[in-house]
Amino acid sequence: MDLLQAIVAHYNHWIIIFLMVSGLYIVVARGNMIKKLVGLGLFQTSVYLLYLSPGKILGGTPPIISAQFSVYSNPLPHVLILTAIVVGVATLALGLALVVRINEAFGTIEEDEIFAGEEDE
Amino acid sequence: MTGEQLIILALLIPACGSVVIWATAWNANVREGVTLLSAAALLLVVLEILERFMGGGEVATRSFSVVPGLDLAFDVEPLGMLFACVASGLWIVNSIYSIGYMRGNREPRQTPFYICFAIAIASTIAIAFAANLFTLFLFYEILTLSTYPLVTHKGDDNAKAGGRTYLLILLGTSMLLLLPAIIATFVIAGTLDFVPGGILANNTSSTIIGVLLAMYVFGIGKAALMPLHWWLPAAMVAPTPVSALLHAVAVVKAGVFTVLKVIVYIFGVEALSSQGNASWLVWVAGFTVITASLVALRQDNLKRRLAYSTVSQLSYVVLAAAILTPISIVGAAMHIAAHAVSKITLFFAAGSIYTASHLTEISQLDGIGRRMPWTMAAFTVGALSMIGVPPTAGFLGKWFMLTGAMDTGQWLPVVIIVSSTLLNAAYFLPIVVQAFFKAPGDDVKKHVKGEAPFPIVLAVTATAIGTIALFLYPDVPLALSKMLAGN
Amino acid sequence: MISANLPALQVVLPLLGAVVCAFLQRGVYAWGVALIVTATMPFVAAGLLIQVMDGGPISYALGGWAPPVGIEYRVDVVNAFLLLLVSLIGAIIMPYAKASVEKEIPADRQAWFYAIYLLCLCGLLGMAITGDAFNVFVFMEVSSLAAYALIAMGRDRRALLAAYQYLIMGTIGATFYVIGVGLLYSMTGTLNMADMASRLGGIESSRAVLAAMAFLTVGISLKLALFPLHVWLPNAYAYAPSIATVFLAATATKVAVYLLLRYFFTVLGTVFAQQSLPIAEIVMLLSLAAMFGASIVAVFQENVKRMLAYSSVAQIGYITLGIALVNQSGLTGGIVHLFNHALMKGALFMAIGAVFYQIGSVRLADLAGIGKRMPITMGAFALAGLSIIGVPGTVGFISKWYLVLGALEHGWWWLAFLIVASSLISVVYIGRLVEVIWFKPVSAAAKRAKEPPLSMLLPTLLLVAATLYFGFDTSATAGIAAMAADWLLVGAR
Repeated sequence: MDLLQAIVAHYNHWIIIFLMVSGLYIVVARGNMIKKLVGLGLFQTSVYLLYLSPGKILGGTPPIISAQFSVYSNPLPHVLILTAIVVGVATLALGLALVVRINEAFGTIEEDEIFAGEEDE
Repeated sequence: MTGEQLIILALLIPACGSVVIWATAWNANVREGVTLLSAAALLLVVLEILERFMGGGEVATRSFSVVPGLDLAFDVEPLGMLFACVASGLWIVNSIYSIGYMRGNREPRQTPFYICFAIAIASTIAIAFAANLFTLFLFYEILTLSTYPLVTHKGDDNAKAGGRTYLLILLGTSMLLLLPAIIATFVIAGTLDFVPGGILANNTSSTIIGVLLAMYVFGIGKAALMPLHWWLPAAMVAPTPVSALLHAVAVVKAGVFTVLKVIVYIFGVEALSSQGNASWLVWVAGFTVITASLVALRQDNLKRRLAYSTVSQLSYVVLAAAILTPISIVGAAMHIAAHAVSKITLFFAAGSIYTASHLTEISQLDGIGRRMPWTMAAFTVGALSMIGVPPTAGFLGKWFMLTGAMDTGQWLPVVIIVSSTLLNAAYFLPIVVQAFFKAPGDDVKKHVKGEAPFPIVLAVTATAIGTIALFLYPDVPLALSKMLAGN
Repeated sequence: MISANLPALQVVLPLLGAVVCAFLQRGVYAWGVALIVTATMPFVAAGLLIQVMDGGPISYALGGWAPPVGIEYRVDVVNAFLLLLVSLIGAIIMPYAKASVEKEIPADRQAWFYAIYLLCLCGLLGMAITGDAFNVFVFMEVSSLAAYALIAMGRDRRALLAAYQYLIMGTIGATFYVIGVGLLYSMTGTLNMADMASRLGGIESSRAVLAAMAFLTVGISLKLALFPLHVWLPNAYAYAPSIATVFLAATATKVAVYLLLRYFFTVLGTVFAQQSLPIAEIVMLLSLAAMFGASIVAVFQENVKRMLAYSSVAQIGYITLGIALVNQSGLTGGIVHLFNHALMKGALFMAIGAVFYQIGSVRLADLAGIGKRMPITMGAFALAGLSIIGVPGTVGFISKWYLVLGALEHGWWWLAFLIVASSLISVVYIGRLVEVIWFKPVSAAAKRAKEPPLSMLLPTLLLVAATLYFGFDTSATAGIAAMAADWLLVGAR
């Protein structure tokens, strides 16, 4: 019972772990370059949650100073993750740009097809 | 000039010579003039150093610290003085010979040849004057690398294969065994300086000393101790002047020189002989002496027979050092000088035959003595010296080795030296007999018109005379050898 | 005024330069801007190093927010040394870059190339200088994204694949790093590295901290291409434009190594010293695997840039081995090899870049006999190759000496033997190159080769001269490395 409670109490962690592992799995297992980027995005999103979820304090308000409230959520993770999201978007954009160029150069975005073509040369 | 400046000058002359040779590549006469000039200048400087040293002066450079504990430093001690004299004296003869040989055979790429040669000589002199193991090791490696292009000079597959063997064995042994041995010495003794009496003497257990000794003697691949000798026959693809000066004198002597230095100045003769864990070295060296002689007996290619003879003769030096008595150390030092002049004579003769006739096999040489009397007379002198017959230089080294061995009642070295002398006679005398007393064979009739070009004959005669002169006037080398052993 | 703001200048100047370059149309103008910016960088870094050597670590509060709340730039001997290295390499490459970029990059993209180059430099310097764990991530991504773009500019279409592959692996590495930092943040409540280190007292063996350490180690190892996380590196180096290869090979992995040092010894120093995780042992094993495995693979490469790239993986093994030895000599060896390897690999890739400039190929078969056509370039190449082998008189020997000494201080004879044995494999691949370059008949491709323009030749020769000079006079390199090692080891106690 304790175990179950422990699991439920940390449900945010389970979501994070699930996203993290499934994201990584997609990156490793898929040959389609777009799908790999999607996996990468999932993987990064899990990290956003990893930062954000401990920052929320139960009963805490947004960190705006007011006489009525004394418990605030931690604002720093949000700031950090805002940066991380920007970085993630930039990465995704560059990745997609590369995939477009690869498609122009090789005529496909399937890794196995490209590598098979390369070996013939 | 101070002693320091003299030593630096001795290193700079051949080093700068190589640069000037490169700059004067456009004219063969100027280029070779530069080579001869550097050789002459180097000899003068070395003789000046010799004079000061014999006069009791201290000749050394300041040390330059590379890493704490690793110093670049040079000083003059008896063995290095002897080695430097031999190398610089023979370079000038060899340069004259090279000119005749390279032109006579229309060898390609002569400029790189002379450049690498000068660099090799510079590193040999640096090895001779090295004041500590690090400096010695540094130039030991440079010597290997600068002679590699000389071995592969011909550029065909055979030469490249020879070059590969050469590089892998020499670099491999020095990196795998010599370098760890040096570092271990540093860790144990805290210094790498050459100190009379040794630096390891009281610092560690006899087991470690035994292991280190093995790492040193096999790590110094240039000493060509079996089973690490096959780079030497492989290096015979090089043009003959290279085989003559480098693979009979500079490179291989740098090997046995290093072995001798390590035994005298790192381990200490007395320390080693009192611990008695160097007796296996007598066996290894003896095995090399005998086996290499047996292999030489079966070689028909003249240069290969000479190469195996070199392997065998080098191990005399190691053997003499392993006897571990002062008098045998004298023998070892003397043998370095004696073998140098005599073996270079033999190689010169082989190159002379090749230039005149392109004959390379011993069986083709019937009656060649009548067509090339100077060359073959010099060859005979060299051969007699290899066997150790007076009045040639080879006798001296063997005499001291035998005396040393008998004095201490070590009969194994005596047996080895005597039996190998017989073997030496067995593989050299037939060539002499065949050359002078057989009627000229078809090969000789067809190919041998007369003597080789004049510079070659001049050089080969000069070294032959040197071989005899060293027997008649051994004062200076003997004095140096005794100073070495006296420590 | 200026001397007080040097830490900010170190990062801001290349950033501004990048913006200016991006607005310029012509490649030559952009090159001029980049030249000026990179030329000032070494002076800034040298100024910082002098300040640090005189007066101890510098703390610079960015934007006036005092640490640990604000972002702190923190310079000590370790990263001052690294800043100088990266700045120097960045500057030496610039004169070389002009001719090479004009040949390899289409005219309309040259200005972009320099902008991205400066951005990459900015990211690397930022990673080295900052004392804030999350700020490291930002700069890491700045430099990495720039690096992906630089690689993708290679002429070969496989450069795109290499860049994509690097992007995937690099992003995973960076994300692992962020996960590690996030865990540490949740345990300590701070992102300032020094603050983090002090707040870890008492919770060194908590599971979250250990997990953080594992994530950080893997993430950074991906960036520094520690075997077997190196698979992105050979293709990236092989197909990138010559300039990008020289720059990344000489600097990018080095900065990642610095990060590893920073975490192992400063931030997680107490955790590392406790050895609840056998990280040093694992890193040592992987380093050995790199030294042997990557070297052996290098022997069989037909593309010279790939061969050198595998050699880089092996050489990184020496650096991480020095870290894993965790003693003064070993760490000195690792840090000095960081510098030394940058010099020699920079020189090698520059020489090969000159070959590519002349004959448009780096295939081994096309390089046959090219030594006769480009004797100076190839002579420089051979000398730098000797340094890879570790011949005495070159910087490679100095590194190896310290590493072997470090192994022997532990009494590990077998390791000393393995270190020297691995350099024997480099004899094989360097020997193979030298044989082809000098002793084979001149190939059809090599026939049209001649020496490259002086602007390419001189930087190459400068780096080669440095590999020889610092092989003799090590007071600057090994001396500072030893100071840095002392500094780091104090943190780990």
